[in-house]
Amino acid sequence: MAPGLLWLTVLMIVPCLLIFVLIFFERGTYGGIDWSVATLGNFTRAFDPLYLSILLDSARIALTATIIALLIDYPAAYAIMKAPERWQTSLLFLAILPFWTNYLIRTYAWIVLLNPVGVINNVLTYVGAISQPLPLLYNEFAVILGLVYNYTPFVILAIYSALQRLDPSYAEASRDLGATAVTTFFKITLPLTAAGVSAGAVFVFVLSIGNFITPDLLGGGKMQMIGNLIYDQFLTARDWPFGATLSGLLIALMMIALLMQAVASGRARGDHHA
Amino acid sequence: MKFKHIPAFIAGSAFALMASISAAQAEKLVIATWDGYTPKDMVEKFKAATGIDLELTMHATNEEIMGKVTASGGEGYDIIFVSSPFAEALKKLDMLAPIDHAKIPNFANLYPEASQLKHDPGNTYSVPYTWGTTGLCYRSDLVKAEPTSWNDLLKPSDELKGKITMLATDRWLMAAAFLADGLSVNTADQANLDKVRDQLVATKKDLLAYDDTTFYSKLVSGEATLVHAWDGWCNYGTAENAKIKYMIPKEGSDLWVDTLVIPKAAKNLDAAHKFIDFIFNAENGKWVVENIMYKVPNKAAMDSVDKAMLTSYPNIAIPPADLLKYEQLRDLGDGMKAFSKTVSEIMAAK
Repeated sequence: MAPGLLWLTVLMIVPCLLIFVLIFFERGTYGGIDWSVATLGNFTRAFDPLYLSILLDSARIALTATIIALLIDYPAAYAIMKAPERWQTSLLFLAILPFWTNYLIRTYAWIVLLNPVGVINNVLTYVGAISQPLPLLYNEFAVILGLVYNYTPFVILAIYSALQRLDPSYAEASRDLGATAVTTFFKITLPLTAAGVSAGAVFVFVLSIGNFITPDLLGGGKMQMIGNLIYDQFLTARDWPFGATLSGLLIALMMIALLMQAVASGRARGDHHA
Repeated sequence: MKFKHIPAFIAGSAFALMASISAAQAEKLVIATWDGYTPKDMVEKFKAATGIDLELTMHATNEEIMGKVTASGGEGYDIIFVSSPFAEALKKLDMLAPIDHAKIPNFANLYPEASQLKHDPGNTYSVPYTWGTTGLCYRSDLVKAEPTSWNDLLKPSDELKGKITMLATDRWLMAAAFLADGLSVNTADQANLDKVRDQLVATKKDLLAYDDTTFYSKLVSGEATLVHAWDGWCNYGTAENAKIKYMIPKEGSDLWVDTLVIPKAAKNLDAAHKFIDFIFNAENGKWVVENIMYKVPNKAAMDSVDKAMLTSYPNIAIPPADLLKYEQLRDLGDGMKAFSKTVSEIMAAK
């Protein structure tokens, strides 16, 4: 217990406190912190419509990625669960396989596929489906695609493990009592695997909203998410206090998301026992 | 020191322990540089020439090394490769040791212009490693008209829309718009900042992407036809496709200079000067031109470069006197706050 607490204190609580303190100061001329005047200026600046809209956009993009990931990954996890037992491990292995490659390399692979003279556009042009290359890269579509793709393995795993734990006799009982397959799925299977769904959803959402590599590479740097804005404040603009303020806002937002997930999964468990 | 001894203990060999102690006592220089910016065999050659070990630490950007150096007070580095505005900032923070020309005989290899740089006339605290211009790099076979002005990039014609990229590094991003408007590349005046912000936000809609590192490959593939580029980097594209050309817009360029500085906290000033002397030999300068494709302020090195290179890559042949006509990027001091804020606004804009 003690080493765990020490770990948490040194690597989590202390840095968070440092960030919190920085919020109330200004950057020095050459980066660093000007400790001489305390200010609330960073707050007012963070709530400037320009930056606030980036935060909202990031939340919107992360939410879109989350919904798409769930729509793809629930059926995928369901299919794996329904597959013959001897195939399941291999199928899960295949789902996780890309994850063993470096994030950057996977992202660059998408650049190769999506760019105006890339694989997809060339094939479509060759077969005569298009005459002008489709704008597949350096836009919001590419960013969402990158996010969904990269976090898919987590979601499949989370939902698969929830489906695995589900006692098949519930669904059988539902069918015996005359419910259709569709009704059974929505009344029995889905509610009982809600904990897995919400765990996967929070995973995609939290990792997506703070992501800065994908918007930078697949968005061409033209479209910033809150992660890019924070990254730039710390590493390019050398404005640590403003970066800290934005980080604080992001942490608060994530806390809310996690809290909502905790409540949701608590309720799901409650239903289960009732 | 402490950590060095741990592997020796694991090996359980007294000999290894002795060796690690003696290695720690041998002369060693810590050089902070960009990856791939110096000859690959530099460490061996320098060791052979002087008996001094080199340890290279890499930084990806000026901002990164600036953050590390200001945090440590310069402790832990003997030589830092950094662009001139950052050298200037380190000097203002009083963190740099003076350069002792008497210890650098190879200074004689440099052009006289190398000592006339505005940020440090006479090279009192920094020495130039490379220098060059920033301009437009384009596919001469894919653009309808050869570019002439920064406005060809900032206000692209319909055929160029979606096929241009700009540098995202703050000083150069802004310099493109400053130059187009006939302003100094070193202004941090709010009215000027506002003016170029509006232009750069408008230009953003027409960009394929911001790109600091792969713009030349976008020209090679044809994804982009006109990009904002440092001269040396445009040469990487030209090397793959001779139709890729570089030009300096009629409004001019900035003059950028990458320098070497010695932090005051450096442990071994003599060895640091020996390193600068070594870097200034013609052979090392020649390596930079042939491999990094940058110009060096080293006359002996430039004279030894194969003349065919100057024909294939005309920007390498820009004479130093012409370079010095362009305004050098300078440290903005307190102006950097407003400057950075404006850049953040541009990058955040939709």
